[in-house]
Amino acid sequence: MPLPPNDTAPDSGVIHNIGYRGYQGPRLGRGYATGALFVQGLRAAYGLGRSGKSKVLPMLVAAALALPALVIVAVAIIMKLDKLSVGYADYISLSVMGIFVLMFLAAQAPVLMSRDLRHNTVPLYFSRPITRTDYVQARFLAMAAALMLLMTVPLVLLYLGALLAGLPFGENTGQFAQGLFAALLYSVLYSAIGLLIAAATPRRGFGVAAIMGVMFVSIPLVGIVYGLSSGVGPAPESANWAALLSPSTVVHGLVNEMFSITTGGSLHAPGGIGIAVFALETAVLTGGSYWLLLRRYRNI
Amino acid sequence: MSTVIKTDGLTKKFPRVTALDQLTVEVQPGVVGLVGANGAGKSTLIKILLGLAPATSGTGQVLGLDIATEGSAIREQVGYMPEHDCLPPDVSATEFVVHMARMSGLPAAAARERTADTLRHVGLYEERYRPMGGYSTGMKQRVKLAQALVHDPKLVLLDEPTNGLDPVGRDEMLALIRRVYTDFGISVLVTTHLLGELERTCDHLVVIDGGRLLRSSSTASFTEVTQLIAVEVTDRPDEPGFDAEAAVLARLTAAGLSARTDGTKIMLVQLEDDDTYDTIRDTVADLGLGLVRLEQRRHRVAEIFATETGGPSDAAAS
Repeated sequence: MPLPPNDTAPDSGVIHNIGYRGYQGPRLGRGYATGALFVQGLRAAYGLGRSGKSKVLPMLVAAALALPALVIVAVAIIMKLDKLSVGYADYISLSVMGIFVLMFLAAQAPVLMSRDLRHNTVPLYFSRPITRTDYVQARFLAMAAALMLLMTVPLVLLYLGALLAGLPFGENTGQFAQGLFAALLYSVLYSAIGLLIAAATPRRGFGVAAIMGVMFVSIPLVGIVYGLSSGVGPAPESANWAALLSPSTVVHGLVNEMFSITTGGSLHAPGGIGIAVFALETAVLTGGSYWLLLRRYRNI
Repeated sequence: MSTVIKTDGLTKKFPRVTALDQLTVEVQPGVVGLVGANGAGKSTLIKILLGLAPATSGTGQVLGLDIATEGSAIREQVGYMPEHDCLPPDVSATEFVVHMARMSGLPAAAARERTADTLRHVGLYEERYRPMGGYSTGMKQRVKLAQALVHDPKLVLLDEPTNGLDPVGRDEMLALIRRVYTDFGISVLVTTHLLGELERTCDHLVVIDGGRLLRSSSTASFTEVTQLIAVEVTDRPDEPGFDAEAAVLARLTAAGLSARTDGTKIMLVQLEDDDTYDTIRDTVADLGLGLVRLEQRRHRVAEIFATETGGPSDAAAS
């Protein structure tokens, strides 16, 4: 005998509408939300949580930056060298792999800033507990952390490889720390400048081009001024002031002089005054860009 | 719950325009419509209520929190659905709404659970795992509503939620908004310039124009029955040239009733007492005409809005 129609679904696979349930749990407030924005930004810088093709470029650049470190290590081990053929701080400077760091910045800073502007997500964030300052802070830290991670991976590879090859522990540890310090300076300075430029336009393409322009055009400028002031003979000490013309060479010169690194190019801050001026420029560029970034978001 | 929104002499001046001018209004729990033409100050009001822009003068409270000093606490308890598109196209709805839930302070596990619940409630199912770039306008509006509801706010501010939707999508959205209050218990402040929608959805209407409060009262009082009867009659089939309306009007006026046409085939007759109906019926029958319509007229919100702002508004064409 057929059963009468039953209005409760017989199989348990059906999702029942259980009605609306409120939320009584904790609300963790501004600090937590800023942290969530930071994590989202850091992930987005590597294309995580986004489409497959947005992972391609950051991952390729990260690989391009890390693989030569393996080669250097392999060479050191096989040839039984008494030190790595490239110094830690030199490795991430413009004279070796720094160009990839700039590429990463140019490509990914607009991912953090322009996209939110373009898709009008910024006003939506501001309808949440965070403030404008929190937003800028989270984005800045995310970009800086992404760059730091990018440079830390090859440095760690170099360091582990050096230890594996039985190179002197103390010397390598010191130089590794110097490398990390240089990476930190690059990270905060590049992030501040890159994000400021990226925040100027909702168009990602423009952002990429503008960052490339500012960062790359200033590099040959340094070379030209350096060349002109050194003339035909060996470069005088004063030619090094040319390094002030580009963010990349400022950090490079500062680190070289601070730690007396003479390998990988001779560019260095001239003496104690040089250190002070180069450090001041790094601080002013970073702080100034960050302040302008805060101003940029004041009226959105 | 007591008053949801309360402003007192709220004024916002920009260098060249005064966006809000001495706005004093109280909003009770329920679905409240905020009505005004473009540039009437609706968006400015929402911004100030969220604590995102300081008022030039005056004070206000949202959920009992001060808008000038407790913006962050207000935004934790309030949801906001912007008018414009705000969805990154290369992210899935789930990923986006989870992120917005965490931005409201929900712990990761709760954010995921609430996201699944909320997306189901707004009617997004399998498609929530696809990138939002491929969504229809209706689906995008649902995601925007979901992100405003995901943290279970006490109040949501919806800015033009039916923008760009086709009639079916619009009806669904309005039903959903109604449910936000009746089923979810979340008060709603909804702005729109389409008055017909508010009539069906809102309990209470706040009308602003040029930054000033025009009227704040229940929707029922806007649409209450008026003392007018609408009458429509047929022509005489055998006499095409006969002006039926003029004849009826003449007879009714002679009978001591005040009657006029509204420019179309419909005549409006002032209701004196129950005999008025009989008089109209007899008049029409006497003239040998057919009675097509005999009904009490209800005000539509649009009419009131048009008369109070001193002219028909194109926004009333809903």
